[in-house]
Amino acid sequence: MLEIKNLHANINGKEILKGLNLVVRPGEIHAIMGPNGAGKSTLASVLTGNQAFEVTKGDVTFYGKNLLELSPEDRSREGIFLSFQYPVEIPGVSMVNFMRTALNEHRKYKNLEPLSATDFLRTMREKKELVEMDNKLANRSVNEGFSGGEKKRNEIFQMAMLDPRLSILDETDSGLDIDALRIVANGVNKLKTADNASIVITHYQRLLDYIVPDFVHVLYDGRIVKSGGKELALELEERGYDWIKQEVDGK
Amino acid sequence: MEQQYIDLYKQHHESIKKHSTGVMNDLRDDAFALFEKLHFPTVALENYKYSDLKAGLSIDYGVNINRIPIPVNPYEVFTCDVPGIHSYLYFVVNDAFYPVKDIRNNSLPEGVIIGSVNQVAETHPELVKQYFGKLSSKKEDGLIAFNGAFAQDGFFMYVPKNVVLDKPVQLVNIMRSDVDFMANSHNLIILEEGAKAQLLVCDHTVDDVRFLSNRVTEVFVSENATYEHYKLENMHVKTTNLATLLIDQQASSNVLANVITLHNGQTRNMVEIDLDGEHCETLLCGMVIGDKNQQVDNFTSIIHNKPNCHSRELFKYVLDDMAKGGFTGKLYVAKDAQKTAAFQTNRNILLSKTAKMRTKPQLEIYADDVKCSHGATIGQLDESAKFYMQARGISGEEARLLLMFAFTNDVIENIRIPALQDRIKLLVEKRLRGELSKCEGCVICQ
Repeated sequence: MLEIKNLHANINGKEILKGLNLVVRPGEIHAIMGPNGAGKSTLASVLTGNQAFEVTKGDVTFYGKNLLELSPEDRSREGIFLSFQYPVEIPGVSMVNFMRTALNEHRKYKNLEPLSATDFLRTMREKKELVEMDNKLANRSVNEGFSGGEKKRNEIFQMAMLDPRLSILDETDSGLDIDALRIVANGVNKLKTADNASIVITHYQRLLDYIVPDFVHVLYDGRIVKSGGKELALELEERGYDWIKQEVDGK
Repeated sequence: MEQQYIDLYKQHHESIKKHSTGVMNDLRDDAFALFEKLHFPTVALENYKYSDLKAGLSIDYGVNINRIPIPVNPYEVFTCDVPGIHSYLYFVVNDAFYPVKDIRNNSLPEGVIIGSVNQVAETHPELVKQYFGKLSSKKEDGLIAFNGAFAQDGFFMYVPKNVVLDKPVQLVNIMRSDVDFMANSHNLIILEEGAKAQLLVCDHTVDDVRFLSNRVTEVFVSENATYEHYKLENMHVKTTNLATLLIDQQASSNVLANVITLHNGQTRNMVEIDLDGEHCETLLCGMVIGDKNQQVDNFTSIIHNKPNCHSRELFKYVLDDMAKGGFTGKLYVAKDAQKTAAFQTNRNILLSKTAKMRTKPQLEIYADDVKCSHGATIGQLDESAKFYMQARGISGEEARLLLMFAFTNDVIENIRIPALQDRIKLLVEKRLRGELSKCEGCVICQ
């Protein structure tokens, strides 16, 4: 579904991604690990169309479409979802209004009628249960005054509402205690089907105990320098990143 | 132009007085003398530096000092589009109170008096005399002085002790004329101890001529009384709207004033609230949505004369195109007004490079045991919030609207008439979408 070829990207003139390649097929879970500053979050930002980053070289296709030509909103409507590392607070915009607008824009894109108020609220209720989200949170402004854990849960709730084909979880485990981590991971696992895929960006192996990846990639200095199965994550946990850095830099 | 008005007064002050009432006339010559001294305000004055009124004041407006009735039925030209508001509805056409025909107004609680200043000055002369001009005649302000010289009538409302008005009172000011026209009026509102009232003032223009409206409203809020004042301005671009709202609060009274400009030409609101008793609560809010060449200046003062009062002030502006906004938040805390808590916020969004906002907090604090704060920001929309929304499939344009709407939300939340709140939400949304860059049904603003 997703094919990234030789991707180069800059921010403020500094090259962060330096020729990244990755192929994701339906039903797969890919973990991307790597030391700080390797370009993990940049990859997430570039895939979702953050204007702060400039793509200088390479191609990204999503189900054959040139992803880089699409606006951020169209990428979302095509079925790409980013769970933000730092979800944004939007005072004055209620969760209900936000989600209804988003969902109906997705439906419009697919030439579907807007959801009726009853259907919408029922969907909200079902999906809230999935991440054990407090009813009160849904009545508040988007992320405003949410704790770190509540914000991450809210991301997975939104993911459940929008039912993406490809979800990118950017450091979803950061700032979560073990219970919140379990709830968030359970939510992600329940949403898993044979037709959708996930890219899990994480620093630590911990999350991968709950969301078990099919592939683990190590991102270092703007490139994927090593790929393997889930056992690679365990090895990284044990040995750290230095041996990889040495392998790469030593070449 | 100014000289013409001076000559007009000198030649016709007898006619002006003949068509007005004793209480107003008693103050008239002094007001005129003050105007001769002060003149029309210019930007050279500190209090008017964000209001360049030159253009609006240099037009040769007609006046109606002989009180010739204007042939108009306000019920025909104005249909209130606030569904379900259930108000006591009154009209002022230009500067004249329109005779009430609405039978719903017959159910006013006992003792409540609503009418024109001239009428009530006949039936209750002492009541009017006790309050009229008590706040306005002390002000060294050219526009208020001009109003004092030329205003011949106004809206009057009296709510007796412990009487609660069950419905909002709605005052619709309609500007109607075939030639460029100026209206001056002076409103008087009195709430006795423990009384409660909500007043919604709607400003509308009907004809495609240039208007100048110069209104002074005095409000007296006695001990333990609660007063809410909403001003909704939806006027065409050829209007210069000058409004002075003077409120006096006695001990333990509660006042909410919310001044909303949705569409206009040039507006200058002066709001001054005097806290003259302890334990007063004051909330002063305002919102401006401006585009094209619209200009809005809110000049506000809250005067803490007594201890233990709380005031909050919140003004929000969204300005696009070449629109110009001004805000002054004057806060005065007298030497003895200890335990004052006063908070002021003015936040502004500029949507274009050519829109302009000027804002000035002005705090004078002479007491030492107070909590006061002020904050003013001018910025653009939050790009990270916009991207977050886009990443959920919401179009950039829709995200922008949601953010602007959210920005004005806390002012709208401070409308305590539910039907009005719903309506304003809708009007603001339409306004921000550009569906209503003019008043509904209006053919004047293109």
